[in-house]
Amino acid sequence: MIEISIVLLAVFLLAWPLGYYMTGIFTGQPHFSDKLFSPLERIIYRILNINEERGMGWKDYAIAFLASNLVLGVLFFILFLFQHKLPLNPDGIGPLSWDLALHTAISFLTNTDQQHYSGQAQLSYFSQSIMIVTLQFLTPAMGLAICVAVLRGLSGGRNSASAQEGELRDFGNYYVDVTRGVLRLLIPLACVVALLLTAQGVPSSYAGAIKAQLLDSSTGVAEQVIPIGPVAAMVAIKQLGTNGGGWYGPNSAHPMENPTPVSNVIELISIILIPMAVVFMAGGLLRNRKFTWMALGAMGLLSLLFVAATVYSEHLPNAAFSGLSAVGANMEGKEVRFGIDTSALWATLTTQTSNGSVNAMHDSLNPIAGLAALVGMLVNSVWGGIGGGFVNFIVFVWITVFLSGLMIGRTPEIFGRKIETEEITWLGCLIVLPTLLILGCTAIALSIPSLTANSNPGFHGLSQVFYEYTSAFANNGSGFEGLGDNTVWWNLSTSICLLIGRYLPLVIPLVVAGSLSSKRVSPASSGSLKLETPTFLFTLVSIILILNVLSFLPSVVLGPIGESIQLMR
Amino acid sequence: MSTSIFSLVDKATLKEASFEAWRKLSPDSASRNPVMFVVLVGTVITAMITVQRLVSQESFGFELATTLILLFTVWFANFAEAIAEARGRGQASSLRSARRDLKGFRIKADGSTEEILATALRKGDRVRISAGEYLPTDGEIVLGVATINESAVTGESAPVLREAGTDHSGVIGGTKLLVGTIEVLVTADPGESFLDRMIGLVEGAKRQKTPNELALTVLLAALTLVFLIVVTALPAMANFLHAELDYTMLVALLVCLIPTTIGGLLPAIGVAGMNRALAANVIAKSGKAVEVAGDVDLLLLDKTGTITFGDRQATQFLAVDGITDRELIEAALLTSLQDPTPEGKSVIKLAESMDYACPSTPEDADFIAFSAETRISGVKWGANNICIKGASDSAKRWAQERDLAIPLSLDALVTRVAQKGATPLVVANQHAILGVIALSDVIKPGVAERFARLRALGVRTVMVTGDNPVTAGVIAAEAGVDDFVAEAKPEDKLELIRREQANGRLVAMVGDGTNDAPALAQADVGLAMNSGTQAAKEAGNMVDLDSDPAKLLAVVEVGKQLLITRGALTTFSLANDVAKYFVIIPAVFAGAIPAIAALDFMHLSSPTSAVLSALIFNALVIPALIPLALKGVQLRPMSAERLLRNNMLVYGLGGMLLPFAVIKAIDLCLGFVL
Repeated sequence: MIEISIVLLAVFLLAWPLGYYMTGIFTGQPHFSDKLFSPLERIIYRILNINEERGMGWKDYAIAFLASNLVLGVLFFILFLFQHKLPLNPDGIGPLSWDLALHTAISFLTNTDQQHYSGQAQLSYFSQSIMIVTLQFLTPAMGLAICVAVLRGLSGGRNSASAQEGELRDFGNYYVDVTRGVLRLLIPLACVVALLLTAQGVPSSYAGAIKAQLLDSSTGVAEQVIPIGPVAAMVAIKQLGTNGGGWYGPNSAHPMENPTPVSNVIELISIILIPMAVVFMAGGLLRNRKFTWMALGAMGLLSLLFVAATVYSEHLPNAAFSGLSAVGANMEGKEVRFGIDTSALWATLTTQTSNGSVNAMHDSLNPIAGLAALVGMLVNSVWGGIGGGFVNFIVFVWITVFLSGLMIGRTPEIFGRKIETEEITWLGCLIVLPTLLILGCTAIALSIPSLTANSNPGFHGLSQVFYEYTSAFANNGSGFEGLGDNTVWWNLSTSICLLIGRYLPLVIPLVVAGSLSSKRVSPASSGSLKLETPTFLFTLVSIILILNVLSFLPSVVLGPIGESIQLMR
Repeated sequence: MSTSIFSLVDKATLKEASFEAWRKLSPDSASRNPVMFVVLVGTVITAMITVQRLVSQESFGFELATTLILLFTVWFANFAEAIAEARGRGQASSLRSARRDLKGFRIKADGSTEEILATALRKGDRVRISAGEYLPTDGEIVLGVATINESAVTGESAPVLREAGTDHSGVIGGTKLLVGTIEVLVTADPGESFLDRMIGLVEGAKRQKTPNELALTVLLAALTLVFLIVVTALPAMANFLHAELDYTMLVALLVCLIPTTIGGLLPAIGVAGMNRALAANVIAKSGKAVEVAGDVDLLLLDKTGTITFGDRQATQFLAVDGITDRELIEAALLTSLQDPTPEGKSVIKLAESMDYACPSTPEDADFIAFSAETRISGVKWGANNICIKGASDSAKRWAQERDLAIPLSLDALVTRVAQKGATPLVVANQHAILGVIALSDVIKPGVAERFARLRALGVRTVMVTGDNPVTAGVIAAEAGVDDFVAEAKPEDKLELIRREQANGRLVAMVGDGTNDAPALAQADVGLAMNSGTQAAKEAGNMVDLDSDPAKLLAVVEVGKQLLITRGALTTFSLANDVAKYFVIIPAVFAGAIPAIAALDFMHLSSPTSAVLSALIFNALVIPALIPLALKGVQLRPMSAERLLRNNMLVYGLGGMLLPFAVIKAIDLCLGFVL
């Protein structure tokens, strides 16, 4: 309990000033960081031929986002196919199959890092430390850029003071936002975390794998190959950028990726630091600090609820041992050096933040904890991925504003701008998407057992499939594992979930924000809905819970809940 | 919620509505409502399963019961809409019945007239109407003055004065001309009058969905689609667990999940909102106008007629030093005996209330009428007897012309009266200036309370008046308006509306004159008085048949109530789902996956009984809420936050808990029956 409290308090105290700093770098006002970064940024803008001053409308912003992703996606797909011909491959690792290359490219492009390969064995140093790390820096910055743009739209764009009703609003410059996000936020933070991790013993080297002689020759293995590499740098951004794709297959459960309890706490804090800072940033960009406290309250409430459920569940004996005289907490699949509490906390936060890194085996979680991890991904708006999570949260805010606006007898408005049929139509699409993709793919995969390659029958098998698609759609990337997932079917079907789960939930809110931004703003009165109140907070939390419960309860009953009931008997 | 449906409608309406509800089952009319359309399709599916089981000689009781309950769910929804429509038609046709079989005399090109049926009159025709005749159609007086009894339309028995070329030139078809002969310009073709348009708003088939209703329909359709996907995906998942799911159960699950309560009542709520406007004798030109009224931030109100009675009334006599009250009052009475203005009449009324007997008019009295130039009125009699009353500066000038001394205490009296926001009228006779009559605005009863209600709901009120700032300020404070514009010219209103709109506010105003028309058109809600000019009525988006400017306040409340009712029932409908889930999920899976029976903490008697109970609840909640849908959720004056909290507690939390109890009760009842 003490560990959990310390970690959460530390995150809160770090996220607060970080949020202010992020507000500063995205408002476009002169900022103390200019001196350090502006010269470098100007060089980048010159190389990429970007006019730093030029603002974009929501449409241009969305097109820039999609186009830059398309270019990167195609490039990285080709590079993965030809990694064996590229430098930095001391261990002579071969190419990826086309479907695995496609899945891997999309998975990292969408800030998901779902891995259907085993890191150290199938990717070269070039692929890991240059390609993947590049995407691990770029994609969170892209998500953050969209979030910043949506927030600008909510307050009428950067030209809101001078623009007329109906006039196109300035959402900022996409390339500038991404560049600033990478240079001024992610790289400095990643440097700090990487150094801290290196100090804890995480490898930081371009040397080839170490060959070790085994002490006990009776195992039949003459020498053990221990892959190392620039691990610390990658792990730092993996944790900070809600990426989750680790250097080693077992991710942060691996003793070289996460060697000590201290490194564990550092990585744990890194998981949630920026997603929480985004909430502080939002209040700054909206010039509405109280909104931050409401959002923080709503997210914190749901987050703590799931953390509590998970920690409680993991302190119970392993569900499979029920009936046996087993005592003690569920240590199956957990690292002894981390223990129950931080493993349970990690499992909850990594799914809530769409990070997906693991320091314990989620397949071995007790059913309630497995459910909490699943729900964290389904909700996908409590912290959530950098940028994307807060955008999802805004979507729920819009829906709640619509319903509560009706309940107070006014056409619903957010910050004075009316939510009308056009916006609701787009939001309706967003409500339907997760069910359509997750349940649709799960149903298809389960109907064709030859495709599923499932290691478990029954409830648990169903949970695995459901978890895999949920993780893909939520751009989380964590796995329930036990699934032979490197097949053409899995690679392609999850790729579809990854793509749709990334781009529509980011672009549609941008469309809605675009449409809202140029509307007439009605000033607040005692008759208008205030978002910064406990009443709205509880309404919002209820709507988030009810919409998700209603959409996914039957499937969850057939998965984790069914399993838990079965095990209890 | 306590009122039963029978107190709202009579038997004949119920009967008519129940037939209409069957007719609305046709796919054409059902497809207008996506939620109920899904239920209808579900009904067809379960009906087919029933027949198939009947043919293959399996037990079919559960399937048949499900089919019937689903059918009634749709029927109840149709019934709700049909009742609302029938009520609207009832209200409209009582207005319309007044104008059946009306005839009028059309003026032909050569000036002669011909008798013609009202239905044959066209826009642009002129008709001549004499005393005792009924007006054949809506129109505008172009010639003449008339006293008209409008009770057939407005229910108000006091006759009203209408005159060509004034701001009170509008007449309504079906009303009776009492005095005068007038020529009326027909302003609407048959079937296109304001009343006809309003009838269109309450009849389902022609009804256009209002913007918020449309947005809500889209949201409900999205939710329905989500649940359709949820239920469609289930058989494949269950199959993986080697379990067969019962298709009737799946249809039941679907129907319980989709928002049938709000989906079923949504059209009725919309129609009922229009009915409430109509019941207040307000004719809206579109449903949107009523809805927008709920969003209004600012009411622009004319002082005269809306906040105060139309005229100023004498409230005090103040004699100058050396003059007795009796002398002053007698002179004041003499000037007023033949004064036809309301001010003059109010002087007599005030004196009588102070027990002064009214003197008789002198034999050779010669009345001096008030004119804009002299601004005095009075009476002359005998050789050089004269009494006058008038505006203080005019009366002083009059006195100076006659070399009368201006009493020292006069200015103090005049200032004292003016500071109270009243108008001082100075009274004088041939010998001296006698004193001052204070004329004050009298604020209509109940107006201040109404403004307080509106303020609690976040609506600001601004009073517009031609008075000087002092007078305006006093009235504004007394009536409790938030702001006022004094010394306003007619074009100032338009300017003010534009300015407030530029600041993002939605503005409502009332008007009747032609010079109000631009402002009425500019305002987001423009309520025109039925007595007003045609230009005003065309420019506004609502017409008040009673010509009562204070009606604007009622319209705002109707608009808010409409939205609140929709929001509250949507919340209720969604909250219901949570309870229904707990009932129906264990039941649906119980047969296939026995372990799941552990979730059934309500201990319902059997899976089929559980499903039927949930479905029956789902169906019955619609008729149970019809009275609420028709009357609207009660609007209490409170801040948005409190309103939201209350509604969340009642409809959200209540909606979550209520079904547990009711479903358990239905399940117990079914246990007795089966």
